[in-house]
Formats: sequence, structure tokens, C-alpha cells
Amino acid sequence: MALAKRIIPCLDVDNGRVVKGVKFENIRDAGDPVEIARRYDEQGADEITFLDITASVDNRDTTLHTVERMASQVFIPLTVGGGVRTVQDIRNLLNAGADKVSINTAAVFNPEFVGEAAQRFGSQCIVVAIDAKKVSAPGETPRWEIFTHGGRKPTGLDAVAWAKKMEDLGAGEILLTSMDQDGVKSGYDLGVTRAISEALGIPVIASGGVGNLQHLADGILEGKADAVLAASIFHFGEYTVPEAKAFMAARGIVVR
Amino acid sequence: MQTVAVIDYGMGNLHSVGKALEHVGAGRVLITSDEKTIREADRIVFPGVGAIRDCMAEIRRLGFDRLVREVSVDRPFLGICVGMQALMERSEENGGIDCIGLFPGQVRFFGKNLHEDGEHLKVPHMGWNEVRQAIDHPLWHAIPEAGRFYFVHSYYVEAGNPRQVVGRGHYGKDFAAALADGSRFATQFHPEKSHTHGLQLLQNFAAWDGRW
Repeated sequence: MALAKRIIPCLDVDNGRVVKGVKFENIRDAGDPVEIARRYDEQGADEITFLDITASVDNRDTTLHTVERMASQVFIPLTVGGGVRTVQDIRNLLNAGADKVSINTAAVFNPEFVGEAAQRFGSQCIVVAIDAKKVSAPGETPRWEIFTHGGRKPTGLDAVAWAKKMEDLGAGEILLTSMDQDGVKSGYDLGVTRAISEALGIPVIASGGVGNLQHLADGILEGKADAVLAASIFHFGEYTVPEAKAFMAARGIVVR
Repeated sequence: MQTVAVIDYGMGNLHSVGKALEHVGAGRVLITSDEKTIREADRIVFPGVGAIRDCMAEIRRLGFDRLVREVSVDRPFLGICVGMQALMERSEENGGIDCIGLFPGQVRFFGKNLHEDGEHLKVPHMGWNEVRQAIDHPLWHAIPEAGRFYFVHSYYVEAGNPRQVVGRGHYGKDFAAALADGSRFATQFHPEKSHTHGLQLLQNFAAWDGRW
């Protein structure tokens, strides 16, 4: 009897459409996020993460409308992130049906916002998304830094210390994307995942760079993550959620 | 058509629970803070998220502590998450808060140093965990023993009357995952977020006559 490790498909959404494209069985889906979320829900996904990647002011209403439709049809937890900057942004997303809201850049520029959000809405619905990149040279003691703007701008902030600070301010969960791995499909950066997961008392979701099912298992077994997030391996039909669960279960990981 | 009132006391998102009830055909779902509407409803759902101090402050301000006590006696009543915790006598969250006291027992913190089998357990207890069915309650109909439900909480219910614990959870320690007493049922997990088992429980609630 133990808490199951979670598998979380992630949808990158631009103006109401999933941008990376999704392929289920033989259907290539240009990407209605609600339809896609429903299929992951049917497959037994443990949560859905919805990242509004453009998050420009003019498509806010599209995002809220999409979240509302999704929350009416998908009865598993839904995390929404992208461009969350104010208490009102959070309120709007929660009212639309999001269970958790992910704060990214705004936390870097205004850490107190995380504290304010947790006070107002409760830690259980405040996720802080962290983009970390290794900055130490090979052979040095490993060190990771927080980056913004899609991994282009270093902040000088130590990733482990920053994650701890987010926990202290009231974050209920950390969504950790290891930037140097993202999209490369060589797996999560297990070093930073483990360093942060072991330093914190709140759950950590590993994200970035998943290319196969072994990477998911490694995120849990080596990275000590509480949940694993992936996009393209599920979208393009390389693997299904049940296949991922069977693979992890065979390696002794408790899954739902 | 029967009506299900979801009590709204201004604390968080009731959209999901409303939609889940509609999805299982529970009847006309009214998300409301209107006392008359609540009193006239056939069934009542009492949700809750966030910190207990803010929840109890709003519940008291609106007179819902008294209302909940009255309307939960004679019709099916379902408390969810902080809605369940608010039904206990007292919570140790926010330095100690008196709650409604429909069920004997306390709400306690999991603690920062929760360990099991050498593993440090993260708090909040967030994710899918098993619920052991202590008795054959109508709300467990068609739900497998030790089925997994979605939890997200840092505080847990320590029941004062073990016979009211109809669902047992375990996370570093045993806790009450579900309580029942007459027409009252309460869950620490979120049925509206617990996929097929959760929807089944809501469907069972919609069909329940309030007796067991």
C-alpha cells in the first residue's frame, strides 16, 4: 500500500490548439486539447498538464475557455501554466476548472508572488515551474542554474537553493524541467532531479528530454521524482500511457 | 428531477465537482450559497479547498455551520476534502481552529518528517492512493477494494469513533479516507478528480437513499 508515482502527459497549447501535434493510433491530430486530454484520461493518465506557451494577453480568453471545456470532460487533476503573473490570473484559471496553477517566470522576478498565491489559494494548488540548466564544467562539482525565456537567459540563481526557497514560500509542488536535456530525448537530467527532490519535502515532477520508457523509470528510480511528465513520446503514439505504466510496474515502481 | 446543492462558501473551484455530478446524471446541480435553495435540495455536497481558518471563517459568517448540521440529518450529504475536515471537532492547522463538530475527531498535520520503509514521504500527500473499505457501504458499490483515489492534503482526519471510518487510507500513518454516520458521508479524497472510481462514488451518492 503506497502512493502511486504519477505519469503526466503534457499539452503545449498555442491559441487553443496543441502545437506539437499528436498522433493516436492512426489518427494524426492537429490538436484540440480537450479531445487529446480526453484520450489520455481514457488511457489512465494520472493528471494532465496544460501549458499555454504563447500566453499573450489576447488569447487569455481562449485559454480559459479551453480549460473550462477540458474540466467538464476530464475527471482527473488538471494543472495549467503559462503566463501566470497575478492573483487574478490564478483565480480565473481555478474558476475555469484548473486544479493547480503553475507559476514560472513570475516567480523568478517576484518570488513573493508565490507566497501570496499560496496564502490566498492554498499550497495544494500552487506549482512552481523551474527551468534548470547545468552550469558546471565536466569534472567540477555539479551545479545547476535557473534560466528564463525558454532557457536563453541565465539568472545566476542556484537551482537547488531556489527550489528550496519556493517550498519555504509555500509552493505545493515543483515542476522541474532540465533545460539542457529538453527536446534532446536523452532523458531527464537525473542529477538535478535527484538533488532537488532530496532537498525538498514537497513533490517534484520531472520534465524534459524523455525519449523512451526507460527515461520515465529512471526519473523515479534515479531522479527520485514523485511524478514524471512527458509530451512527445505520448503524442506521436510511440508509447501509450498503459505501456508506460506496465514498464514502470515491471521495475518495481508503484503505479495506478 | 432531483436536485443536488453544492454549497458555495467562496472557497475555491466548485466547477469540477458540479461538472462531475452532472456527468454521472446526478440531477439538477445547483452551486449555491442560498440557504433556501440548500434547504430544499434533495442531496447536498459540501466541498472545500484551502486553509481551514479561512474556510471556517466563511462557513461561520454565512451561518453554514448550523445549516450543515441541520440539512445533513435527513438527506444524503457528502463532504469532500476540507469539507470533510470542517465536519470534525477541531483542526490543528493555522495554530488550531474549532470546526463544525458533526463527527468526533481531530484534524492533524502529517508532519515534515514522515518516513516509511526508509523513504522520506513528501507532504502534501498528493496523488493516487488506495482506500480500504472497512464496511460494505452503499457508496462503495461497484468500486473495487483498495481502489485508488486522488488525494491532495497535508492534514488528515484522526477519527474519534473508529466505527465511523468506512474507508481507511495509509500514508506513513493510518488516516480516515472516508467517514460515514447515517445520511452523512465524507471523503478526504476528491471523487470528482478520481476518474472512474470517483465518478462511480458520485453516481452511488446520487442513487443513495441515505441509509445503511
